[in-house]
Parts: sequence; structure tokens; C-alpha cells
Amino acid sequence: MTAFHDRVFLAQGLTKIYPMGEIQVQALRGVDLELFAGEFVVLLGPSGSGKSTLLNILGGLDSPSSGAMQYGGRNLSVYDDAELTRYRREHVGFVFQFYNLIPSLTARENVALVTEIARNPLAPEEALDLVGLADRMDHFPAQLSGGEQQRVAIARAVAKRPEVLLCDEPTGALDVQTGIRVLTVIERVNRELGTTTVVITHNAAIAAMADRVIHLSNGLIAHIDRNAQRQAPHEIVW
Amino acid sequence: MRSLDRKLWRELWQMKSQAIAIALVIVCGVAIHIMFGATLEALRQTQARYYQDYRFADVFVSMKRAPESLRARIATIPGVVETETRVVAPINLEVAGFPEPITGRLISIPDNRESRLNRLYLRQGRLVAADRDDEVIVSEAFAGAHHLTPGARLRVVINGRRQTLTIVGTALSPEYINQMRPGSLFPDYQRYGVLWMGRRALGVAYGMEGAFNDVVLGLASDHAVPEVIDALDRLLTPYGGLGAYDREDQASHRFLSEEFNQITLSATLFPALFLGVAVFLLNVVVNRLVGMQREQIGTLKAFGYGNVAVALHYLKLVLAIVLAGVVAGIFTGAWLGQSLAELYMTFFRFPFLDYRLTWPLVLGATLFNAGAAVIGTAVALRAAFALRPAEAMRPEPPARYRATMIERLGLQRFLSPPNRMILRHIERRPLKSLLTMLGIALACGITMVGRFQEATIEHMLDVHYKLSQREDLAVTFVEATAWQAISSLMGLPGVERVEVFRTVPVRLRFQQRSHRTILKGIPAGGDLQRLLDAGLRPLALPAEGVLLTDYLGQMLGVRAGDRLLIEVLEGNRPVREVAVAGLVKEYLGVAGYMELAGLNRLLREGPAISGAYLAVDDRVRPALYRRLEEIPRIAGTAIREQEIRNFHRTMEQTMLFFTFIATIFAIIIAFGVIYNSARIALTEQGRELASLRVLGFTRAEIAYILLGELGLLVLLAIPFGFLIGQGICALFVQGARSELYRIPLIIHPSTYAFAATVVLVSALVSGLLIRRKLDRLDLIAVLKTRD
Ligand SMILES: Nc1ncnc2c1ncn2[C@@H]1O[C@H](COP(=O)(O)OP(=O)(O)O)[C@@H](O)[C@H]1O
Ligand SMILES: [Mg+2]
Repeated sequence: MTAFHDRVFLAQGLTKIYPMGEIQVQALRGVDLELFAGEFVVLLGPSGSGKSTLLNILGGLDSPSSGAMQYGGRNLSVYDDAELTRYRREHVGFVFQFYNLIPSLTARENVALVTEIARNPLAPEEALDLVGLADRMDHFPAQLSGGEQQRVAIARAVAKRPEVLLCDEPTGALDVQTGIRVLTVIERVNRELGTTTVVITHNAAIAAMADRVIHLSNGLIAHIDRNAQRQAPHEIVW
Repeated sequence: MRSLDRKLWRELWQMKSQAIAIALVIVCGVAIHIMFGATLEALRQTQARYYQDYRFADVFVSMKRAPESLRARIATIPGVVETETRVVAPINLEVAGFPEPITGRLISIPDNRESRLNRLYLRQGRLVAADRDDEVIVSEAFAGAHHLTPGARLRVVINGRRQTLTIVGTALSPEYINQMRPGSLFPDYQRYGVLWMGRRALGVAYGMEGAFNDVVLGLASDHAVPEVIDALDRLLTPYGGLGAYDREDQASHRFLSEEFNQITLSATLFPALFLGVAVFLLNVVVNRLVGMQREQIGTLKAFGYGNVAVALHYLKLVLAIVLAGVVAGIFTGAWLGQSLAELYMTFFRFPFLDYRLTWPLVLGATLFNAGAAVIGTAVALRAAFALRPAEAMRPEPPARYRATMIERLGLQRFLSPPNRMILRHIERRPLKSLLTMLGIALACGITMVGRFQEATIEHMLDVHYKLSQREDLAVTFVEATAWQAISSLMGLPGVERVEVFRTVPVRLRFQQRSHRTILKGIPAGGDLQRLLDAGLRPLALPAEGVLLTDYLGQMLGVRAGDRLLIEVLEGNRPVREVAVAGLVKEYLGVAGYMELAGLNRLLREGPAISGAYLAVDDRVRPALYRRLEEIPRIAGTAIREQEIRNFHRTMEQTMLFFTFIATIFAIIIAFGVIYNSARIALTEQGRELASLRVLGFTRAEIAYILLGELGLLVLLAIPFGFLIGQGICALFVQGARSELYRIPLIIHPSTYAFAATVVLVSALVSGLLIRRKLDRLDLIAVLKTRD
């Protein structure tokens, strides 16, 4: 097992309340969490347990209702919109369940969209090569399968060499074989680029890939497991 | 941000038909703006240059007769820098092969020097020789109407004496840019001519040797005008002065000013309407686009694109459409403006036309349209700006449907499921449905404005020439004449009825307002000239008091019962206070009216008349015309039929042009609005419709659901559009009112029918185009992507 020393994230007492008319939805009820550089973390939990909410706060897409959220020693919870935007631009890569590619741009252009505003990016071609799509670069999203689209989305997320890669149910819309390919790519990025990686899933089998597995339930961290040995994606039994 | 721009161009390409429809509406608005704007600027510029280079006078006055020695005294009036005395003679003309009476005005020009004021622009030939008394220069318009060139001969009756003159040149004058017989409403270059002769020769011919009967002045500055007019009137009263006036009251200049006002109105009202529609369309489209691209916006923001960058992205899309429209509009407008300016050149006799597009106009149109588009789409752009990425990644909450009014009333059994879907769509987004209707209604309304004038003008003609001015012929005398002249008119061949009138130039004053016009005395109970009340019924002429044209009453702010100050501008210039007895309905021109004897009393004169209206036997017209020419006292003869024809010709030339343009533009608007609405409905409901197809609905059935909604909105929008059309027409009519004419707000049923047809046909064509798209709906692709 690798030892991780450099703390990237430190969350303390994170809560998130969504006002919905009269009622208030408590998505997070006080989450304390540390994430370390180069770590591969899986967020596990039933639907509605607050996984996406936590990931969004980590990624600067959303702010907590209370609590502190530190990234590399800086307090994200007090960032304004412009500062959060810069944080996302410089440090975070996202992969979403439904890929969220821009339909009017080709694979290469979807990646370029991000590399154009990054400081030290990979070339879009390089990033697509990394996910095994060198031969599909000029295809539009509609001309790609779901798995290929998701790999483009990963290429797009990693092309800027982010410190953290946040994936919200990246295999949720994919079949097993394709899911494995996608996970393999994510795992390879984590290994080769040393990107701190958080993957949301409600598929417990995937947890075997992780260094640590964080179980979320009803807005709270239930417990955290540490895997002595990370399994390769293709070894996972679904 | 090159990839983002690439996204923009691709999406623009995908929505090209919608973008083109919107751009076309902008093209229309900008084209109208540029067309009128450039024409107006060209005419103003030309007028200013012409006035300056050819020394258009500042003050004008005519009189009975003054000795040339008076010139020196006029020249010493403070503020006067140039003085030109002239002889102006009313004449009758004969042109070989033209049987109808021609009247005109012969004006003297200095013999051995250039005119100090109102210089001639010689188009052909030369000026008259000082030692010849048979040479004449004719106005270019008159020469053109009769194909006269230098060398041709003219027979002219001056002061009752027939003379043959040789044309040596054709010319234009800043004094006669608009060339109309006094009292006429439209130019008739065949029957009215302006001519110039040497001062000495005309003096001899008109009995004005060593004297003058007209003077024009150039002033140092405009400020001196009222004082100069006062001084001049005092000086000329003993010489039969007819009241000095400035440029504002000079016939040609006043006509130009009125026309310029009309062009200004059109240059603002119509582009504003078109722009309104374009902004509405852009707003709808961008709103929809931002709504559909929620997740894309969220993704862009998740990857670190800022709010401003994202909003700018959509703003660029708006600007790309707007600027394409503006550029095409500028070219179209410049091209149309050229035709319009040339059309105006047939009414305005300028020697040259300064037509060019100016930067301020082009820049103004660009900024105005781009600015309005940005403001109009601000709400949608703000939505893109403010969308929070975490929020955007969540799918839009499903639309909430509820039972429609019809279902609450328990009528649903009468509706098939597709009909229920249609009603629910409409009811679900009432604001959006309302906006779509408003857009269609606007298109319908604009269509009406382009058309309604045609039928209305027919009505104006009917009222003026059938209900009010019913004479066959109007003759005017050189000066006020004894009442006995009637009997000599009665004795002319074919004259069946004679009704006399007396006209006198006056200045009417009420409180701070004043207006120079004509006061006309007519006998009570006349049949050829009748005054009409507001309901267009003939009005009994009151024995006391003055009646005013309704528009003149409004200009002066008087109502029946108010006491009006009348300054007579002729004879010994009495000033009288007279009660306003009422207002009369008139669409053409303005004047005050009194009972004839009452006017004679007001003027402290015997039973004098200025002219007469005749009803004549058509069969003997040629003989009558010949006899009229020989009566020296008659200064002018107007044939009613000819006036009607002039009216028609003038109106048709302009109307045809406007109706054509307005109709084309209206169709573009109607089509733009309806097609866009249909396209947006298609993008919104595409998934739902594809699902229905998968479930086994036929193409026709889903087309019915999509287009049925649109059809229903179109049908509901039409009556609404009629109301808007009435409003816009009223606005136009209100703004277009002038002393020359007032267009009544009468909308003929054919106008409504036309507007409804344009809307329905546009709807049909849009429907067919959308139907084609529906037929090609890709079921798999629609179901594959998540909304
Ligand atoms: N924008 C929002 N508005 C209202 N409620 C929300 C919003 N986002 C999430 N929630 C609610 O917060 C809870 C946690 O949501 P989420 O973090 O998406 O759960 P998970 O990703 O674990 O399925 C859920 O009950 C969800 O309905
Ligand atoms: Mg989730």
C-alpha cells in the first residue's frame, strides 16, 4: 500500500441545506473528511445520500451551508463565484454520469475547449490518446458510443493536468464491459499522472479499485474502509 | 476561446433557418431606417447646399405696385443685407397641341447682372439677352412636361395681351423646388408653369416700368425676421402690400418641411416596429437556447469558464445574427433609398442630389439595433450568466401540467387526446403562448399599416371632391373684383352655374399661437363648395363668425366660441376680433371660412370677389377654355377632374412604392415570427413527439399535435393583430398629419382581409416546412440523448 502524506482537502463540519419551499432538504449533515495527494477514493452510498453534493462542494461547483472546506491550505468555503471559477479552471477535472459533451463540437474540440483555458495542458490529441481514442478525434458526440463519449469526457477532464479528478457515477450509464474500460482509463490517469481521484458510485464492487472507500449515508460519513491492495478494474467482479 | 467560437458557428449553422428569419426581420427594419434616413439626409443636404449656393431669400412680399425708388428705403431696414425687387405677373400660356388652360407665373430677372437672391440654375440654353423683349426661360419641370427645348416658341397672355416668346433656356430656382399652382395640393407641371423674363421687357409687358410688385430680401441673421417683416409691412401698406412672410410661410419651403417631417416619422416609426419584432424573436430564441443548453452551460462553468465568458458566448450569437441583418439591411436600405430619393426628385425640383450614405447614419443604425438586441435578450443572457453549475447539472424539473380550463368545466369528453395535449401545452406556459400570439399579432398589425392608406386615400378624395369641392372649374381673378363679374362668367359658353368666393391672406392669432393662411368668404347655401361637419354632413354657414378647418383649429388651440384675432394681410390691413363659430372637417389643406357678405364687411369693402366656381357643360369645354384665356382678369383656372388626376398620380407613385415595400416586409415579419415559433415548438416537443411515434402514432397525428397548437395560436392572434394594426395605423395617422393633408383613420375591410391572409399563408408555409422536418424526425437519436 502506498502511503499518502500530502493532504489536499480538509473538510470540517460540512453541511448543505437546500430550501425547497416550506421544507428544507438536508443533503449534508456535518461531514469531516481528508483527501491526500495521489489518492484514489471511492464515494459509496445509496441514492440521495449526498454524494453528488459533497463532490460538487469539493469541486467548487457549490458552496457548503456551513463548515470549512480547505484545499491546499486555502479556505474554499469563503470563495466568491469568480474565485471558485478560477479554482475549477486551474485545479479540478470533472467527469459526469451523462458525459456532458458539447454536441456541436468534435471529440478533439471538446478537449480543446478546456486546454485552451488551462495553464499547462496536454495537447488534446495526447489526452485522447491516453483514453484510447486517437482514431476517433474528429467524431462528434452523436457519432460515438456511450463509453467512447465518457472516455472523451475523461480526456477532457484530465487534459489540463488537474490536481483532482472528480467523477460522478462515470459508469452509471454504461454496460459492464464499457464501464470497465472507462474505469481502467480513470485508474491509469490516477496512476500515471498522480491525480487525486474521487469516484462516486453505488456499485460496491468498484470500491475494490480504491485506496480508500468512504461510505455516505443520509448526509453523513458512515465509515471509511482502507483497501490493503487496490484491484485492477478488470479483476473486479460486478 | 476558439473552440467556444467553433461551437457558436456550428450552432448558428444548425439554426440557420431561424437565424435567417430573424436576420431578415432586422434587414427590413434597418433597410427602412437607412432608406428614409439616407433619403432625408440627402434631401436636407441638397436643400441646404442649393439654398446657400443659389441664395434663397429670407423674406418675401408682394404688393400692388411700388416705385423703384422705394428699393433704397427697403434696403435700409436694419438686418437687411440683400434686396431684389421684381415684377411677377400671372399669365396664361398656350402650348401647341395642348388644349387645356395652362396658367403660370412670369418672374423678372435683372437685365445686366446676376440676381442677388433666388438665382437660377440654368439647365439648358442661356439667360435672356438684355436688349430682347421676346425671350423667356422656362422651368425645367414645365419644359419637361411639354417637351420644350431652347428655340421653341410659346404663346403667352400677359395682362390680357397675347405675346409670342422664344425659349432660350430651361432653369430651376430654389424658390420653386416644389412647383405648384397656389391653392393646389399636388404638382401639375403641364398646367402650371414658372417662367423668367428680363426685368425691362416684363416691366413693359405688364405695365410695371420703373416699378415693382414683388421684393425678396436676404437677412444677416434669422433673429431679425419679425422686425424686418413689421418694418416692411409698414413701409408697403400704402403700396398695396400683401403681407411679408419668411421662409416658414414660403410655399415651396413649407411643403418641403412638411414632407421632411413625414419622412422623419416613417424613418422612426417603422424601423422601431421591425426592431421590436426582431428583438422579440431573438429573446424567444436565445431564451430557448439557454434553456436547452443548461447542462452545456453547467459543464463549461464546471471546467472553469466564467459567467461573463459564457454570457458573452451567447451574446456573440445574438450579435452575429443582428450584425448580419444590419449589414444586409444597410445595403438594401442604401439601394432602396436611391430609388426613393429619385422618386422624391420628381416632386422636388433640385438641380442635383447629394445622395450618399453617411457614417453617422450607418453607425447609428448599427448601434441602435445591436443595442436593442442586447437589451432585448438581456434576460435570457442573464439566465446564462447566473446559472449555477451544480444546479445546471440537475435535469430541469419536469414540466407541471394540470387540468385545463376545459377539463375543469368537464368538457374533456368532447376532446380527443391530441386536442387535450394541445390545450395543455398552451395552458402550461400561458406567458409563452401569449408572447407567441403577440408576435403574430404584431406581424398582422404591421401588414395592415402598409395597406390601409390605399383605401383611405380613396375616401379622402371622395370626401374632398365629391362632398365638398363639387365644381367643374375654378377661376381666380388677378385681384379682388366687383361682384358684377359674375354676369360675364354666366355669359360664357356652357356655364351652368356660378358660385363666387372671396379669398384674402390673413394671419390668425389665438393666445400665443398664430398661423398664416387664407380666409375664404363663400355665399350661404352654395352647392359647388360645401363645408362639412365632423359627421361629413353639409354644414349651414353661420351669418356671424368664422369657421376653421378642424386641423387649423387644433393647431391654434381654439374651440367654438373662442374669439380669434384676424390680421388681414392685404389692403389697409385691418385687424379684427371674430368669434369662432365652429370647425369643419377637411382632409386637404387648411383655411378659415366666413359668409361672403360678412367677409366683405370685415374687410370694409363692397361686394368684391376673388374668383368663382363653375359648373359647366362638358361638351363645350374647349370653347370655354379658349374664352377664359382671353379674359385678362383671370389669373388661373383649375379643372377639378385634373386635380383629382394629379392627386391620384402623385399618390400612386409614392403609394405603389410604399405598399410594395411594406407588403414584402410584412410578409417577412409574419413568416419570421410564425416560423420561429414553430421551430421552437419543434425543439421543445421533439422528444415527446418522437416518443409518440415510437408508440405508434402516425406522422400526421404528431404533426397535428405540434401544428395544431400553432394554428390555434395563429387564429387567436389575428383579431388581436387587428387591434394592434388599428393602433399602429392611428399612430401613423396622428404623426402624418400636416397642413397639406390629414389621412383619416379608416380601415377598409380589404385591409383586414389582406393582413389575415398574409398571416395565414405564412402560417401555412411555416407549417409545411416544419412538417417536412417532423417527417424526418430521427426517433433513435431523440431517444438516445437525455433531456
Ligand atoms: N439543487 C437541489 N435542490 C433541492 N434538493 C437537492 C438539490 N440537490 C440535491 N438535493 C437533494 O439533496 C439530497 C442529496 O442529493 P445528492 O447529493 O444528489 O445525492 P446522491 O448524489 O447521493 O444521490 C437529495 O435528497 C436531493 O434530492
Ligand atoms: Mg448523485
